[in-house]
Amino acid sequence: MTAIDWAWFPDHIGDMTTLTLDHLSIAVPAVLSGLVIALPLAVVAHRVRKLRGLILGASNVLFTVPSLAFFVLLLPVTGLTRGTAITGLTIYTLVVLIRNTVDGLDSVPAHAREASLAMGSRPLRTLLTVELPLALPVIMAGVRVATVMTISLVSVASYIGYGGLGQLFTDGFQRSYTTPVIAGVLLTLLLALLADAVLVAVQYLCTPWARHRTKGA
Amino acid sequence: MQSGKGHRMISFDAVSKHYPNGTTAVDDLTLELPEGGLTVLVGSSGCGKTTTLRMINRMVEPSSGTVRVAGRDVRDSDAAELRRSIGYVIQQSGLFPHRTVLDNVATVPLLLGWGRQKSRSRAAELLERVGLDAGSAKRYPHQLSGGQQQRVGVARALAADPPVLLMDEPFGAVDPVVRTQLQDELLRLQRDLRKTVVFVTHDIDEAVRLGDRIAVFRTGGRLVQCAPPAQLLTRPADDFVAGFLGAERGLKLLSLTTLGEAAVPHTPASPVRTDEPVSGIRTDGGTRTDGGKETGPGTDGRWRIAVAPDGRPVGWLDTEALPTGGTAGDADLLPLRPLHDEDSLLAALDESLTSPARAVARVHGDGVLAGVTGRAALHERAALHHAAAAMEAEPAGDESHLDRQDSADTGARTAEAGA
Repeated sequence: MTAIDWAWFPDHIGDMTTLTLDHLSIAVPAVLSGLVIALPLAVVAHRVRKLRGLILGASNVLFTVPSLAFFVLLLPVTGLTRGTAITGLTIYTLVVLIRNTVDGLDSVPAHAREASLAMGSRPLRTLLTVELPLALPVIMAGVRVATVMTISLVSVASYIGYGGLGQLFTDGFQRSYTTPVIAGVLLTLLLALLADAVLVAVQYLCTPWARHRTKGA
Repeated sequence: MQSGKGHRMISFDAVSKHYPNGTTAVDDLTLELPEGGLTVLVGSSGCGKTTTLRMINRMVEPSSGTVRVAGRDVRDSDAAELRRSIGYVIQQSGLFPHRTVLDNVATVPLLLGWGRQKSRSRAAELLERVGLDAGSAKRYPHQLSGGQQQRVGVARALAADPPVLLMDEPFGAVDPVVRTQLQDELLRLQRDLRKTVVFVTHDIDEAVRLGDRIAVFRTGGRLVQCAPPAQLLTRPADDFVAGFLGAERGLKLLSLTTLGEAAVPHTPASPVRTDEPVSGIRTDGGTRTDGGKETGPGTDGRWRIAVAPDGRPVGWLDTEALPTGGTAGDADLLPLRPLHDEDSLLAALDESLTSPARAVARVHGDGVLAGVTGRAALHERAALHHAAAAMEAEPAGDESHLDRQDSADTGARTAEAGA
């Protein structure tokens, strides 16, 4: 009963692949749309002192709503669709993405922004070419946390039928059969680790200046 | 005396800057900065000098009054475009940490739409100009020393060949030796480029060293006096300026003039070659420091200049403490600083104080000993020079320190030197 049924695995390679891809098709759009929403909000929070508390506070409050409740609340609006799963997870990424982007922008040396404006860059160009690149390491730290968190949270959406690898949990629970549950846990873990590694690589490629940390020759 | 380059490049007309919290950063400033001159804004912190600088490129907008660059109200220009035509070097270099040195320097050319290739080749040219090797181009700013970073900062500011260069305490964060080098290089660059430079510092020595003209600000954003260094030093407008210049005003003035400009004479020396055997050195007939006029210690021939076989002086030889054998080079020589005609009167005076012979060794451009100048002769020259500078600088009456700005041209420094 509790032992792993190894024979299950070869029979379900196709299922596992489908579910893994399904898992990704929920997690990736969730994090990406989280970024699309978080970046402008963070820029506003960074620029406008008065709105900073409001934006950060609101994203905190959203984070405290239990995930399951979210899907229930969203159901009347978006229905039983993949969109509901993605929307719910997107909202969860906001708190960490907004907070890290604001922190990242705060960490940009004032003299760099100052110099950019004084050289004749307009504010938007300064934001895109100086501030965001310099904030990238801190933003990426947020993206990594958000990604890993989202990958593990996707399974909750199996409640509404879009849980990716979470389907394996439901399946296992319903049949009191642990093997699919363990497979789901392992695959989710693997996926999270893999996604994190990809993000580390992306960050490495995007921040060539951070590679040479030794001073002088 | 009247400047040939009379054009005023930058002008402040009754400019004030007040902040909402009630502080006044700049108070009713009227000032004109001539084209091609290096004007230093100096004062203690909070005196409005940086605010003044930043109003030129609209990093700060004045509360009232008009700032003009090349005759044009800066408010009539788009701020970003205006800034591309004004070089700016800030404290701590302000380089972009995420861009290579080359791309940092190429910033403004890229903004101006020169294209990547042209911008980069221009950047490489400038790096060479400020004395950085090609290998540094591909590095990131944090891989360079503080002095190198400042050079990159200067190269970046000059990249698009702007007529105006603003420098906000650019050398404040580097050690004194590097600072002196950077100052020398700025002067060298400025001799070639003749930009209109506005330089902010709180260091009066730096101001005297660099400035064609120095504008002294007082706390509360008031300009107290703007004049060439020699005039400032000989005729400070009030006690505040005098106090700011410090007790060594006279010495600072001497730092402005070279031995060559002051035509300080020297007399032939009778040096000892370091490869001469000590047995052949007589203790008389040594260095007479003032054509024989001067008597007393140091001119009695005890001290002679030891020169290397190529004629360069290497130290003072005490003929009363010669080694028992060997050559003059084996003796314990006292240090000697050879003085070129390009060295300042101050450097010569300093050397004369430490020289055991009460005289300084003068050398030709190639470093070969030319002769000696005695301490007394040097003092006399320095006093004459000081008097001449004071005469040259017109009396600074009530308002005249402001009215005089047109005639206080950038060449005044050399004019006085020649007097």
